Amino acid sequence: MAKKIPRSYEQDIVGDGIYSIRKVLEPPQESPNHGLKYALIGVSALFLFFMLILPLIVVVWNALREGFHVYREAILDEYTMKAFLLTLAATLCAVTVNTIFGIFAACLLSKFYFRGRQLLATLIDIPFSISPVIAGLLFILTFGNVGWMGEFLKENGIKIVFAVPGVILATIFVTLPFVFRELFPVLSAQGKDEEEAAALMGAGCFTIFRRITLPHIKWALLYGMILCAARAMGEFGAVSVISGHLRGKTNTLPLHVEILYNEFHTTQAFAVSSLLVLLAVLILIARNLVEWKRK
Amino acid sequence: MYVEMRHVNKTFDGFHASRDVSFGIEKGHLAALLGPSGSGKTTILRMLAGLDRPDFGDILIQGIRVNDLKGSKRGIGFVFQNYALFRYMTVADNIAFGLKVQKKSKAEITAKVEELLELISMKNLGKRYPHQLSGGQRQRVAFARALAPNPQLLLLDEPFAAIDAKVRRELRTWLREMISRVGITSIFVTHDQEEAMEVANEIILMNEGRIEQIGTPEEICRNPKTEFVAGFMDARRFEALQAIK
Repeated sequence: MAKKIPRSYEQDIVGDGIYSIRKVLEPPQESPNHGLKYALIGVSALFLFFMLILPLIVVVWNALREGFHVYREAILDEYTMKAFLLTLAATLCAVTVNTIFGIFAACLLSKFYFRGRQLLATLIDIPFSISPVIAGLLFILTFGNVGWMGEFLKENGIKIVFAVPGVILATIFVTLPFVFRELFPVLSAQGKDEEEAAALMGAGCFTIFRRITLPHIKWALLYGMILCAARAMGEFGAVSVISGHLRGKTNTLPLHVEILYNEFHTTQAFAVSSLLVLLAVLILIARNLVEWKRK
Repeated sequence: MYVEMRHVNKTFDGFHASRDVSFGIEKGHLAALLGPSGSGKTTILRMLAGLDRPDFGDILIQGIRVNDLKGSKRGIGFVFQNYALFRYMTVADNIAFGLKVQKKSKAEITAKVEELLELISMKNLGKRYPHQLSGGQRQRVAFARALAPNPQLLLLDEPFAAIDAKVRRELRTWLREMISRVGITSIFVTHDQEEAMEVANEIILMNEGRIEQIGTPEEICRNPKTEFVAGFMDARRFEALQAIK
C-alpha cells in the first residue's frame, strides 16, 4: 500500500483488513513498564554482542593479523578463487531452480484444490527438517558408484558424486523450500478471485501471472530469493559429504575454509572466511532494502 | 429459454452442493438466486460461469450445451462478491483489461472505457486505484469491468454484501436501472429476500442444494409451494414493499 489516502465512510464500515491490522500493530501511546522494556533490550543486546558481533570481529581481526599482504595473497590464491566461483555458480543455480520451483509450487498449492495438497506441502518442507549431512548421504546412495543409479550413470559417463553436479544438486536440495515458504502465505491470503476474474475475461496463464499474481508477490519473491542465496552460499554439511573436497574442482568456500583451518593455515582460513562474511553482509543489506521497500 | 440448467448435480468432497437443479431464464430477465447461506446459490453461479464443473447434468446458453466450453468463451460477465478488482491496476486499466486480452485496438479500448466510466458516473476517477475508492464505487467499477467485453449474460455474486446498509438501498436501485438500461440478461445471488423482491423480476429460491420454487416475487410470496418457502418469504414484507412502490 503506497500512499496514505483519505478514508471514506464505506471503508470504515466494510473494513479492508489491512487498516484494522495496522491499528493493532501501532505502538501504544504510553508504555506501561519502562523498566522491563529496557531490561529486555539489554539482554537482547548482550546476547547479540557475544553470539554475533564478537565472533565477526574475531574473524576480521584474525584475517588481518599478519598484515594486509598475507590477507590479499590468501584471497587471490588460485584455489580460493576457484572455490569462490564454484560457490557463486552453485548459489546461482540453486536460486534459479528454486525460484522457478517455488513459484510453481506456491501457485499450485494456494490457487488449486486437490487431494493430497497437505501432503505435498509437508513434503516440500523435508529439506528443512532433514539434517544436511543426511541429505548429502542420500545423494551418494542414489547417484554414487554403489548407489541405485550408479550403474546407469557410469554407463552413460555422467559423474554426479564427487563432482560439480553433485555440489549443485546438494545446494538445490538444501535450499528448496525458501522461495516457496515466502510465497505461499502471500498467495494464500490473496485468494483467487482476481485470477478467476482475469481468466473469465479470457486472459491466459502467462498474462494472469504477469499482470495479477506477480505484482502481488514481487517483494516476497525477492525476499525468498535472497534468503535462498544466503543459505546456498553458506551450505556446508550436504556439500561436504558429496563434494569429495577436491581442491580447485569441487571445493566451495565453506569447505575451503575448513581445509585451510585443518592444515593450520589459520590466518588464511580467517581471510577466506571474511569473504563469506562480506557476502553475508551484502545479502543482509539487500534483505533490509527489500523489507524497507515492501512497506 | 436463454440460460438453462438441466438436472445439474455437484458435490464437493461428499458435500452435496447441487441436487438435480433445473431452471430456465428468458432473455432480458433479471433473476435472483435466493436462499440461506450454504444452500448452493454460489455454486450454481460458478457453474454457469465455468469456474466449477457440474458432476452431471447440462448447462445451456442460447440453446447450446456449454459444459465443455471455457468460461471465457461463454460470453458472460462476472461480478465477484468482493469485486476482485485488480488491485495493482487503475480503474481505467481494470475496465480495459478484458478488451486488451481480446487484442482490441487502442482507440476502441479508450472509447469503450470512456463510455463505461461515463455510464457509472466516475469519469474523473479513471486514474484511481481500487484501494482509493469507496465500497459503492468499487462495485460500480466491477460492474463496468464485467460489461466491457460486451457479454450476453451478467452474473453477480452477492453484489451488495460488502456494502453498508445505508448505501445498499441506493445501489440496488442503481443496479436495477443500469441492467435494464443495458438490457442484459442477469442473474444475481443473494440471501436477502427483500433484496431479491426489490431488484429481481424472477426469483429462484434454493435450500440445501435443491430448488424450492421458481416464480415472480409476487407468486412466491402469495403462493408458497413448500413450508420452507412460506417460512423464508415474509408475505407481509412483500405487501409493505408494494405499498412503498
